[in-house]
Amino acid sequence: MLGYAISLKYLFAGCAVILVVLAVYLVSLFVRWRNLKRDLHALEQSNTGE
Amino acid sequence: MEPQPVALKILNTLSILCFLGSLGMVFLYAPLEVTMNYVQKLFYFHVANAWVGMLGFLAAAVAGIIYLVTHDIKWDIIEIAAIEISLVFFLIAILSGSIWARPSWGTYWTWEPRLTTAAILEMVYIACLLLRQGIDDPDRRARFSAVYTLIGSISVPITFLSIRLFRTIHPVLIGSGSASAQGSFDMTPKMLFTMFFTLGTFSVIFVALFWHRIRLGQLSQLVDQRKLEEQ
Repeated sequence: MLGYAISLKYLFAGCAVILVVLAVYLVSLFVRWRNLKRDLHALEQSNTGE
Repeated sequence: MEPQPVALKILNTLSILCFLGSLGMVFLYAPLEVTMNYVQKLFYFHVANAWVGMLGFLAAAVAGIIYLVTHDIKWDIIEIAAIEISLVFFLIAILSGSIWARPSWGTYWTWEPRLTTAAILEMVYIACLLLRQGIDDPDRRARFSAVYTLIGSISVPITFLSIRLFRTIHPVLIGSGSASAQGSFDMTPKMLFTMFFTLGTFSVIFVALFWHRIRLGQLSQLVDQRKLEEQ
């Protein structure tokens, strides 16, 4: 039987990994969306400027 | 680009609620397994992430086939969205499985059939995303991805069936596995219910992220079009 303390340590490590990977991906989605919006806005502005 | 549709906003809220519900089910409702104690609870997330990851890879193959038939670029956007999200979920499955393996098997990683095929599967699709970056022509890029994904999808059933086909220490969830399997346990009805709830939760999260990623792909295509018009 696995000790409670050791078992709990690995559970927290696993949960942390899951949350970190999901969070990093969500941030990457947000950043890419924001950058594309900025590019689109700049392109539209340069079009109206011409 | 249109603002988020109401259905997507509902899906976002549902994803958060289901995720919180899953945490409650895993930590408060599911009973403690007697041999592995708390670390066994990683099993619910590990299985759910592996499941949606594999389904996503198969969805990418289906989108690839439809692209090859229709030559409609929207199927390339869908295919790449499915691959990217599946890579994230499958990475979580590999990492959470590795952490669970340490106390169960005494090592984070061993080159046994399931782990090896899972690592190959992940690398096959990472390679797809990297290789397509080197192709400038959008049609050639989409055609390459579709054919590559179709061939790459062969590794999905191989990974899924590896624990039934080969001698392995990875436990089998449903049915009988190898006699050398370590870390397997009998599921109680509460454990089974929690597992299916977590599977449902990650399926909802997958659909929500998939939708967001498709919208990102559409926006990227729009920006590329505008840039071409500028030139």
